[in-house]
Amino acid sequence: MDQPGPKRFDAVLGGLLFVAMILALYMAFLGAPRERTMGDLQRIFYFHVPAGMMGLAAFAVNFFASLMYLVKKDRKWDSLALSATEIGVVFFTIVLVTGPIWAKPVWFVWWTWSPRLTSSLVLWMLYLAYMLVRSYVPDPDRRAMMSAVFGIVAFVDAPIVWFSIRWWRDQHPSPMIETGGLSPAMRPALYTCAAAFLILMVYLIRRRYFLESARLEAELLERQADLAR
Amino acid sequence: METVNTMNYLFAAYAAIWIILAIYIFSIHSREKKLSQELQNLRQLLERQSAGRR
Repeated sequence: MDQPGPKRFDAVLGGLLFVAMILALYMAFLGAPRERTMGDLQRIFYFHVPAGMMGLAAFAVNFFASLMYLVKKDRKWDSLALSATEIGVVFFTIVLVTGPIWAKPVWFVWWTWSPRLTSSLVLWMLYLAYMLVRSYVPDPDRRAMMSAVFGIVAFVDAPIVWFSIRWWRDQHPSPMIETGGLSPAMRPALYTCAAAFLILMVYLIRRRYFLESARLEAELLERQADLAR
Repeated sequence: METVNTMNYLFAAYAAIWIILAIYIFSIHSREKKLSQELQNLRQLLERQSAGRR
């Protein structure tokens, strides 16, 4: 595909992502110590938490891009908002699938309607609806405008997800990084995995953005071809 | 808690992560391929249209 972006940068980013993922897997399975009560099962944490963090970061990119679209009315901000949303939904799918798999042997239930879990599910559904709504609006300008407003409103749930375990009693573990609950020996593994997911997020958003740019170009060429007939 | 059974959960979680990512990357790749072909066809069509007008 003809990518407008520099191909060399993509190759470097792809290489960096490969190395970061190998390193993340090494740190999660061999670098981090075995947790005392949960044993090796706790290693789900090293991919579950970064996926959630980067999912929220992707929704924050959508929020920023949606605001920028409303200010500038430039279609590229709408493309960025859509790209970030898709990646955020993929990351939150990982969170919502790995969470219950981890919960079952620890809490003895797959799911509980706790504030953190419920707000995460609502956030995932909101952005799924964002993508669905887009597909039903044929006019590009109207679609971009509606999506921008939807994106800004949907982001209200993101701080609720983040702060839910601080605001309310929750079965989900309380924040461990800032309260010092996470053992210092486990921190390098978490930070390495978070860095790997950050690179993955940038790589995927970039790739999805170029795909959306190409789709817009195809839409434009189609209109030109129709006019020339 | 640490039994063979919990190792199954660990395996299931990591398998799910890679399957979700693989499906998404495959979907991007196939959309890129389809769009690339569509763009090529549209460019050719426009070239033919402008050549016909000359």
